[in-house]
Amino acid sequence: MTRKQLSGLVSAVALAGGLLMGGTAAAEDKIGFIYVGPIGDHGWTYRHELGRQAVQNEFGDKVKTTYVESVKESSSEPVIRQMAADGYKLIYTTSFGFMNPTLKVAKQFPDVKFEHATGYKRADNVSTYSSRFYEGRYVVGKIAGKMTKSNVIGYIGSFPIPEVVRGINAMTLAARSVNPDVTVKVAWVNTWYDPGKEGDAAKALIDQGADIILQHTDSPAPLQVAENRGVWAVGQASDMTKFAPKAQLTAIIDNWDGYYVARTKAVLDGSWKSEDTWGGLKSGMVELAPYNDAIPADVVALAEETRKGIEAGTIMPFAGPITKQDGSVGAKEGESLDDGVLLGMNWYVEGVEGQLPK
Amino acid sequence: MLLKIEKRAEYSKSMVYLTPIIALVLTVLTSIVLFESLGVNPIEALYQFFIAPLDTQYEFSELFVKATPLILCAIGLSVGFRANVWNIGAEGQLTMGAIVGSSLFIYFPETDSVFLLPAMIIMGALGGAAWAAIPAFFKTRFNANEILTSLMLVYVALLLLSLLIHGPWRDPAGFNFPESQTFSESADMPILISGTRMHFGTLLALFAVFGAWIMMARTLIGFQIKVIGEAPRAGGYAGFSQKKIIWFTLLFAGALSGIAGLSEVSGPIDQVVPSISPGYGFTAIIVAFLGRLHPVGIFFAGLLMALTYLGGETAQINLGLPVAVTGVFQGMVLFFLLACDVLVHYRFRLNIARKATS
Repeated sequence: MTRKQLSGLVSAVALAGGLLMGGTAAAEDKIGFIYVGPIGDHGWTYRHELGRQAVQNEFGDKVKTTYVESVKESSSEPVIRQMAADGYKLIYTTSFGFMNPTLKVAKQFPDVKFEHATGYKRADNVSTYSSRFYEGRYVVGKIAGKMTKSNVIGYIGSFPIPEVVRGINAMTLAARSVNPDVTVKVAWVNTWYDPGKEGDAAKALIDQGADIILQHTDSPAPLQVAENRGVWAVGQASDMTKFAPKAQLTAIIDNWDGYYVARTKAVLDGSWKSEDTWGGLKSGMVELAPYNDAIPADVVALAEETRKGIEAGTIMPFAGPITKQDGSVGAKEGESLDDGVLLGMNWYVEGVEGQLPK
Repeated sequence: MLLKIEKRAEYSKSMVYLTPIIALVLTVLTSIVLFESLGVNPIEALYQFFIAPLDTQYEFSELFVKATPLILCAIGLSVGFRANVWNIGAEGQLTMGAIVGSSLFIYFPETDSVFLLPAMIIMGALGGAAWAAIPAFFKTRFNANEILTSLMLVYVALLLLSLLIHGPWRDPAGFNFPESQTFSESADMPILISGTRMHFGTLLALFAVFGAWIMMARTLIGFQIKVIGEAPRAGGYAGFSQKKIIWFTLLFAGALSGIAGLSEVSGPIDQVVPSISPGYGFTAIIVAFLGRLHPVGIFFAGLLMALTYLGGETAQINLGLPVAVTGVFQGMVLFFLLACDVLVHYRFRLNIARKATS
């Protein structure tokens, strides 16, 4: 093939591609989703993907939703930017590490709206949203405190950030409120999603006497280990019962569907404003999977009572008195920790073993 | 065995340089089958992969942003590979370069000196070189396999980064989230073309390409590296010190990888984060071999690998192709390249005639 033929072929390919590209452009509004993991993680990203599908189902032909999965946080800026430059109306960036890249791109594209999950920096066209996962963990803690025989609860942590520490503390407070002998062992795996590491952490915790495994990581591997070893476990982000039908007590489910539909609607009708949303059980952003049939009726009743109390505002998971791990006062009798303290929480409550990595 | 593999007495020199192109053509042909089976128009998919990412000046500049760390690491690795020094720990050396280099900013954030960035680059190089010195020491002193030691040190470096960024290096105003404060102007890599992210590190990469080219072609040390690599005993008779070459190639690769890491954190990322590189140090191994261990070849191979990253993202956004396609693509390039290499150096022979005599 001569060089001329080759260049002719290249331009023909380019032309064909260009025509196809032109053909796909339509009048619908484009909504983008950027995921940190694969949509098949059965956890965090999977639930955001369900949220995307809910948006697509709700608005049908009016919107075209697109996602990019497994985007590395350190190289997310060009991906976000490409969507913004392609005329997307609204872009959801669904991991904490996308925060600064999202803000950088948002600055260059003031007409595009951005929704960033779990961050704390906002702008006129950047909203933030997160979930009070700890409310779900507080309910789970009550169940765990009642169900444990060894009085040791194992907890697999991803990274020692406030969101994760909050969950450990909420669960520990609840468990010890019904069973003061409970101690909590934490294993940090330094990843959000690594089935191998998560499974190993579960094994190590069980070997140290834990008979209930909780996790703040995204894969179902710890539940599978629990199922094999005959201990209890709690699903994370989505209902993982199919991976551990006997072991899963319940699961803390993230439900972004309602939020995504509402925020997309706001963009479509022009009422969107930058704001911070932190929803919990009451808003439906946090749900609990059906309780395992093996849980005694009185424990189910206690869990339901706790859930309803949190929804009604009569039960505050971080109500005093709270003693920190080092024995100092976390919250006084009659006081409840405010959101500011919760957002920066970097200490364990009494009952958690080991040191918080600092 | 009916088929026998035997070494060719002579192999075609020109084929050695043609194999990357053959490998690429085979990859494209195979990917047509792949895209067809995924239900995507292959021409459109190839357009999205190889042409759409270069549509605009901004996107073109992104190619260099992505290729910069790949080229820097691969140049360093290739020099070692020429001398049969199998350093596969560039990812760790990159990470240490980022850590040591950015420590200057982290501990003196108020510094407003024009010397800050040059000092950071030098510190980055020293950090990477120091990390590579460990396998060099163990190799020369105890004959420890550098493949293992350099690889294992990757994980040590990543955990050290994690320790720092979840602890003392956190942004004081950042709610304990694992991110440093964003770099000041004087710690930032200058942008080469305004409106893009193309930064000074790209010039450093080009400088490394020319520097390595001259070194390998024109200097005594380059000659020694080639001799030790191809005929270690001849090198020994000529009085070349194998230990010296091991030290030199590892320190050289470490320094370049360290600069790559520093130019990532003070370039596109602009802060220290828990994961600095999406595996540039490992992909650089493919780049080095695809570029035939020649600096100019590596330059183009780096751009090509960068293009597959960008193309993978574009294909995800515009065609909904899964992210795994990028990995399959990169894997196929390497597979076909190695397969072609085998066929250049070896040939298959039917093994029938020999049977009677054996």
